[in-house]
Amino acid sequence: MTAKIHFREIEGRSAGYLALLAGLLVLVGLGLLAAVLKGSYGHHITGMNNQVVWGLPHIFAIFLIVAASGALNAASFASVFGRVAYKPLARLSGLLAMTLLIGGLVILVLDLGRPDRLVVAMTHYNFKSIFAWNIFLYTGFLAVVAVYLWFMMERRMTRYVPVAGYGAFLWRLILTTGTGSIFGFLVAREAYDAAILAPMFIAMSFSLGMAVFILVVMAVFSGTGRPLGDLILRRMKNLLGIFVAGVLYFVLAYHLTNLYATRLHGIEAFVLLNGGIYTFLFWFVQIGLGSILPIVLLFHPVWSRARHVIAAAAGLVIVGGLAQLYVIVIGGQAYPLDLFPGYDTSSTFFDGVVASYTPSLPELMLGVGGAAFAFLLLAVVMKFLRILPTSLADQMVDPHVSGTASTAQSAPAGA
Amino acid sequence: MSTENSANVSRRQFITGAATAVAGLTVAPGVFLLKPAAAASGADPATRWGLLIDTNKCADGCTACVRACHEENGVRSMGRPKTDAQWIRKVNLTERETGHQHSLPVMCQHCEDPPCVDVCPTKASFIRPDGVVLVNKHTCIGCRYCMMACPYKARSFIHEPLTDQKPHAPRGKGTVESCTLCVHRIDRGERTTACVEACNKDGHQAMVFGDLNDPESEIARRLREEGSTAIRADLRLNPAVRYQGI
Repeated sequence: MTAKIHFREIEGRSAGYLALLAGLLVLVGLGLLAAVLKGSYGHHITGMNNQVVWGLPHIFAIFLIVAASGALNAASFASVFGRVAYKPLARLSGLLAMTLLIGGLVILVLDLGRPDRLVVAMTHYNFKSIFAWNIFLYTGFLAVVAVYLWFMMERRMTRYVPVAGYGAFLWRLILTTGTGSIFGFLVAREAYDAAILAPMFIAMSFSLGMAVFILVVMAVFSGTGRPLGDLILRRMKNLLGIFVAGVLYFVLAYHLTNLYATRLHGIEAFVLLNGGIYTFLFWFVQIGLGSILPIVLLFHPVWSRARHVIAAAAGLVIVGGLAQLYVIVIGGQAYPLDLFPGYDTSSTFFDGVVASYTPSLPELMLGVGGAAFAFLLLAVVMKFLRILPTSLADQMVDPHVSGTASTAQSAPAGA
Repeated sequence: MSTENSANVSRRQFITGAATAVAGLTVAPGVFLLKPAAAASGADPATRWGLLIDTNKCADGCTACVRACHEENGVRSMGRPKTDAQWIRKVNLTERETGHQHSLPVMCQHCEDPPCVDVCPTKASFIRPDGVVLVNKHTCIGCRYCMMACPYKARSFIHEPLTDQKPHAPRGKGTVESCTLCVHRIDRGERTTACVEACNKDGHQAMVFGDLNDPESEIARRLREEGSTAIRADLRLNPAVRYQGI
C-alpha cells in the first residue's frame, strides 16, 4: 500500500495563478470573438470553402476530444488495472478528461453554420449517423466521468470506484471509436473509408492524452510548489513512448494496406511523395518530430532522466498529433474526389484539382479559444475541489523507496 | 429550526422548478415549433424522378443548364469561386489513354441510398418518397458532414448572408444545399426541370427528365432500350441521374 494520500484545493491567490486565469480568459474571449464574427459574416471569412469544408477548428476540436479520452489514462491505470501509483493522479486525470472534452465540443458547436440550432441537434436524431451517436457518446462520457469523480471524492462511495472506473474506461474506448469512425465511415473519400481509423484514433488518444496529462501534471505541481517525484514521471514517460510507437504501428499498417491497392496509389503518392505541405507535415512533423524524436528522447538512458527532456518529448508528441490530424482532416479533403476513374477532369467547381486551403486567423482564435476554455475550467475547478494531491514525492507513489529518496519530498525539481 | 427547514424545502423546490422550466424552454421549441417543417410532403411514393444525360449531345462550352438552374433557384456568384454555391456544374473529361474529350453536367445524383442522408445527425438531409433528395432548411445545423460524405461533390455550404432568395427555393447562411430536381415544379405538377428546359430550348436535347418507375415514360424507355451508366456505380447508391456516353 502507498502512504495515505491527501488532496487539497490549490490556493489560487498567487499572482501567477491570477495571471494564468487572465491569460486564458483573453484567449477564450478571442475565441468567442471569432465565433461572433463568423456568425455575422459567414464562413467566407475563414479559410474553409466548398472543397475543404472542415478546417483548423476541427483539428483543434478532434485533438481535444481524442486527448480527453486519453487524459483518463491515469485514472484507468489506477481503477481498472490496479496500478496504485496512479491513484493520487486519478482525480486530476478524470477532471482533465472532462474539461478537454468540453473545450473540444465548444469549438465544434461554435463552428456550426447554425450554432443557434444546437437544440435541433438535441431533439432530432438520425440513429444511422455516427455524428448523432457521438452526441450521446460525448454527453454520456461527461456524465460517466462526473460520477466516477464523485465516487473517488466521496468517502461513502469509494467501494464503487472500480465499477465506475471500468465503466469510464469502456466508455472512452467506445467514444474514440466513434470519433475515428466519423472518418472511417466515409465511403466516398479515398483517404478515409477504412476500419483501421477507429483503432488508430484510440492509439492516438492514448499518446496525445498522455502527453497533455504529463505536461499538465508537471505544470500544476511546479506551479503549486507541491513535490513531484521522479518515479511517477518515469512511469508516465515510458508509457508515452510505448503509446507513440503504437500510433506509428497503426500509421504503418494503414499506409501499407493502401499501398497494396492500385486504386489508392494516387492518395498515397499525395500524402507520402508529392502532396507539398501534407507530405512535409507527414514525414517531417508527424513522423520525424512527433514520433521518432520523442521515442528517442523518452527512452534515451541519459537524456530521459531530465524533466525538461520529458516535457519537450510530450510537447513534440502534441505537435506531431496536430500535424497528423491536419494530414488526415485537411489532406483527405484536399485530394480530389475521383468521380471518373481513367479521366482527367476540370470544372469551375475545382473538380480534379487539389483543393487549396489556407487556415485563417478566426479559425486559429476559435481553436485556441476552445483549448484555453478547457484549461480555464481545469484551473478554476482545482481551486474549489480537492483534485490535486499534496505530494507526489517518490515515497508517496512507492513506499519502498522512502528510505533511499527521502530528500525528494521537499525538492520539487526532483533528482 | 422549522422555518429554516421550510425555507430549504422551498429553495429546493424553486431550483427544481427553475431547472424544469429552463429545460422545457430549451427543448420545447425544438419539439413543437419545428414539427410543421417536417410535415410529410405530397410526394407520390409510386414515382421516382430522375434525369438521363446523353453526353454525346452535351455541347462543349455550353452552360445553358447551369445558368438556367442558378437563375431558377436564385443561386448567385459572390465573386468568390471557392465558396460560391454551385448546384450544377459542367465537368470537362479527358480520357488519359486516348485523349478523348467531352463534357457533362454534374449535380446531386439523387441516390436511392444517399450517403448524405445516412450521415446527417438531425435528419435534415432526407429523401422524399418520390426519390428527390433534399435538405430541410429548418433543421440543417450546418455541420457539413453531408458534404464530406457526398461522393459527387454535389453540395454547397452558404458562406455568407443572403438576400432576395426565391420563395420556392429557401436558402440561408450557415446551411447546406444542392440540386432539388426543381422540386417546386414537381409539386406544381410540371414535368420538367429548369436545366432540361434550357438544354431543349438551345436545341441540344441532351437531358431528359421523368419518372423512372413509369415504364411508359421516355426516360424509362430509353434507359431500357439504350442502356446507361451511373457515376461511381461501384458505390451501388443507385443514383436517379443516369448518363450515356461516358
